[in-house]
Amino acid sequence: MRTPIAYFLVLSAVLFALGSAGVLMRPNALRIFMGVELQLNAVNLTLVAFSRMHLELDGQILAFFSMVVAAAEVVVGLAIIVAVFRRTSTVDVDRASVLRG
Amino acid sequence: MIDLIGLVIAIPLVAAGVNMLAGKRWSRGAGQGAGWFATGAMAASFVVALGALLQLLSLPATERTQVVTVAEWIRAGATSVSLDLRVDPLSITMALVVTGVGSLIHLYAIGYMEHDARPWRFFGYMNLFCAFMLALVLANDFLLLYLGWEGVGLCSYLLIGFWSDRPKAARAAKKAFITTRVGDVLLMLGLFVMFMHFGSFEFDTVLGREGSLPEIATGTATAISLLLLGGAVGKSAQLPLHVWLPDAMAGPTPVSALIHAATMVTAGVYLVVRSHTLFEISEVALTAVAIVGLSGALYGGLASIGQYDMKRALAYSTMSQLGFMFLAAGLGFYPIAISLLVAHAFYKALLFLASGNVMHGLHDEIDVRRLGGLRADMPWTAALFAAGALSLSGLPPFSGFFTKDAILEVASHDGVVWAYVLGSLGALISAWYIARLFFQAFMGRRRYEGHAHEASSTMRAPLVVLAAGGLFAGIVLAFTPEGRLATFLEPVLGPIEEGHAGPSTAVLIAISVAVIFAGIAIAWRLYRPANEDRWISFPEREPGMSGALGRAFYVDDLYGWVVGTVGLRGAAALTRFDRTVIDGAVNGVGRLATWASGLAPVWQSGKARRYALSFLGGGAALLLYAVVRI
Repeated sequence: MRTPIAYFLVLSAVLFALGSAGVLMRPNALRIFMGVELQLNAVNLTLVAFSRMHLELDGQILAFFSMVVAAAEVVVGLAIIVAVFRRTSTVDVDRASVLRG
Repeated sequence: MIDLIGLVIAIPLVAAGVNMLAGKRWSRGAGQGAGWFATGAMAASFVVALGALLQLLSLPATERTQVVTVAEWIRAGATSVSLDLRVDPLSITMALVVTGVGSLIHLYAIGYMEHDARPWRFFGYMNLFCAFMLALVLANDFLLLYLGWEGVGLCSYLLIGFWSDRPKAARAAKKAFITTRVGDVLLMLGLFVMFMHFGSFEFDTVLGREGSLPEIATGTATAISLLLLGGAVGKSAQLPLHVWLPDAMAGPTPVSALIHAATMVTAGVYLVVRSHTLFEISEVALTAVAIVGLSGALYGGLASIGQYDMKRALAYSTMSQLGFMFLAAGLGFYPIAISLLVAHAFYKALLFLASGNVMHGLHDEIDVRRLGGLRADMPWTAALFAAGALSLSGLPPFSGFFTKDAILEVASHDGVVWAYVLGSLGALISAWYIARLFFQAFMGRRRYEGHAHEASSTMRAPLVVLAAGGLFAGIVLAFTPEGRLATFLEPVLGPIEEGHAGPSTAVLIAISVAVIFAGIAIAWRLYRPANEDRWISFPEREPGMSGALGRAFYVDDLYGWVVGTVGLRGAAALTRFDRTVIDGAVNGVGRLATWASGLAPVWQSGKARRYALSFLGGGAALLLYAVVRI
């Protein structure tokens, strides 16, 4: 018997919520980054789960794309964080508010 | 020559252009090339008009209305307006006055303008004026007439303000232009109503062919006629649009003689006489013409008495004489109105040019209180002025008698007693003011310094011709069997319907002569040389009366008050309304937007985690929406 889809969805919702909490509750850019990764992987989990449910490969393929893009995003994001740190000696995102209205 | 009538307009028009472009070259140094060229053009135009007259006279009286098509003028859809000129007894009479008197005044102006820096411009404008005036009188439809009407208004403006470095002249030019514009707008409205009703501007359609009346309801005819009269009142300086004429005397004297005495100001009379079939349909309009005329005649005469500036006195006199012409037209005596117009062109031009001689000889001195005794220094001018004064006063056998007094005579025969009595009063005043001018300026003690040099021969010769015309045109035009003006004009204007009421002609002539002598006697009593100190000190002794006469019953001051004080206050109130209410509303909208935009930046805090929360919230809201919708 196949594991019901709901289990996967609940797990991914929990993961997504944890990731969101990590993004929202911590000012540290690296922790926010980790939260974002958690959210991304929660979504990937739903994609794969639905793919299995429908017995089609589209979702899995999309999950691969998502991982590749996430990897690229990590590269760019980390570079930005390093640049910000060099400039301001901090990775606190609340301090980086030059573009406020 | 009738086929060549277009040349009458074309010659001065082309000459104006040539003079303004090339005249400077001919007038270098003391050269008078521009003046002679312009005078030659006017003389050539006169010859063509004379030829047309002779050809017209050779035709039988019933065929004396010839229309010459020069070109197609305007084509718009099915409507086509061709450039037609009309040669009939009325238009050729007017054309001869314009070109004839015009030539003489041009000739005079050569001498008068000899010290001017830019004579070519002056003569260019003068020729241009004549071209427009001729277009006005030779037009076969109201459209070309209107073109000429506006054109002469423009030239009047240019020539009054010819000495544009004199603030007085510049102001007078503006005043003339704006005041006559009021009348011009009325005329234009009249033409609109006319076109709405007839669908055409042509005289034959609008005014009816010979003998037939135009097909139009009385009410519409009244409206058109009164609007046309409004235009005529503006152009001919009648009450209440007369205020520009006295001020227009700031222009060079030949301009005053040509435009503001002999030709342009008579355009209003011409318009009324030309449209007489329309006016006749409406009793109201015709009566209005008579009332305008009579009030102008009396008002102008009284105002003239109070002027110390010779030219201003003559300007009010012109207004008075034009009033007599309107009176004649309003009573239906069109040929007499035209006869007076012709005679007036001669003697009023003469009077103006004679006063121009005085100005020329005395460095622009024109105030009679500082003239006096000019008879000795300027015998020619004094004699010529006297000739003009005699013609104007209306003593037999001079022109004024056969024209102005003819109006009174026919009025009495027709039983229009009010016109006769008040007109006679006007005649008394006319004799009074013109005799006054002569006594004050040319007789008595010399009140000026230095020597007044007599005018040169080119400035005397045209005056002699004008004097001959002024003195004897009346008798020639009234009595010569073939040349009788009233008979000549009959195909266009119809016969004068003369009744047999009132005293006989002989009695009326006796009364006229008595009235005129009374006027001269009053003038002599008040202004004779022995009485000099009394009339010079009159303003101090009687400031009220002198002020009322001298300022022409304060009409100008009233306009000044209405426009200057009341108008400016109203404008200031409107400005305040604009600043507070209208500008307030506009600025309020701007301020509201500024205030509202101040609220928006709160959102853009620069805090990355708030943005993230916004994303999350937005995503959750979308999800919720999707769930609820399903």
